[in-house]
Amino acid sequence: MGKVVVVTSGKGGVGKTTSTAALGAVLAQSGKKVVLIDFDVGLRNLDLVMGAERRVVFDLVNVTQGQAKLSQALIRDKRVESLFLLPASQTRDKDALTEEGVASVINTLREKFDYVLCDSPAGIERGAQLAMRFADEAVIVTNPEVSSVRDSDRIIGLLDSKTLKAEQGETVTKHVLVTRYDAGRAARGEMLSIADVLEILSVPLLGIIPENQGVLRASNVGSPVTLDEPTNAAARAYADAARRLQGDDVPMVTPVEKKGLLNRLLGRRVA
Amino acid sequence: MKLLDFFKRGGSAPVARERLQVLLAYERNNRNQPDLVAVLREEIIAVIAKHVQINQDDVKITMDRGATTSTLEIDIHIPNAGIKASAAI
Repeated sequence: MGKVVVVTSGKGGVGKTTSTAALGAVLAQSGKKVVLIDFDVGLRNLDLVMGAERRVVFDLVNVTQGQAKLSQALIRDKRVESLFLLPASQTRDKDALTEEGVASVINTLREKFDYVLCDSPAGIERGAQLAMRFADEAVIVTNPEVSSVRDSDRIIGLLDSKTLKAEQGETVTKHVLVTRYDAGRAARGEMLSIADVLEILSVPLLGIIPENQGVLRASNVGSPVTLDEPTNAAARAYADAARRLQGDDVPMVTPVEKKGLLNRLLGRRVA
Repeated sequence: MKLLDFFKRGGSAPVARERLQVLLAYERNNRNQPDLVAVLREEIIAVIAKHVQINQDDVKITMDRGATTSTLEIDIHIPNAGIKASAAI
């Protein structure tokens, strides 16, 4: 039985889709069978970030409504053989999804895959609640910024009350993934630190993804950053996070500010 | 003054952290409770309606949350006809 992991955040634009693609690609590279489901019905983007936008024929809504078989809608990644994508519908609205339909799709996928990663839409409405409904674990993507942390807290409340696990008296295992972290600004006290975020949310840390130009470059060309530039700092942080998600004990490295050559030679410290 | 501010200006992260802690403490407490204002509104309307005819839209209830105390403001417009009709009973 595979694990169902929802990637969620409440707030939009914090990196749910980027993180789903990056984590999924690394998990698949390590030999796991992985399927990514885009739950953002009406505003799908995971296909674009994965570079599969021209290969979409059927989508999640078609499958839940019986217009297509699951095997017809799944898109196999061209780079990693064990990585699949189930795209969202672009033309329907989110009411097109039913709980029974989603349950049936997830139960089938969970039989065949090691990881089912559900890319949640932003917000706390129906679409977001369906994405988290059948999750065993949750990755809460958070930027070190007040509105994102507040929304993450709200999402944690929903994970603890609106999921099937919560209703059965169990708990969804939660992890915080801090993205767009700027070590320099955090050191100068201009940005919430990792310690601040963890203390406020009291959820264990899955990883710290530094702000990195490679992330945008990767999405520009339609590739998860972990495949496009595996050696870049953000990609390595995602790779570590993916190993932690599998239960490996990987030491957490808090990114430090890169000093310029001149500053380094002069031994300057940032106040 | 501006120059002094520039040198004195430390990080804003501690402010962010404190604001979040205060806000989230409040929001977590209220998360699983029904909307207090909505509940009050419904019950207040029921009590008034027992005695006078009122239009539901003429009942305005607002709650102002202060640091130590909060104010509940109830503003009900009762048509004079409604009072007379009820008084006659």
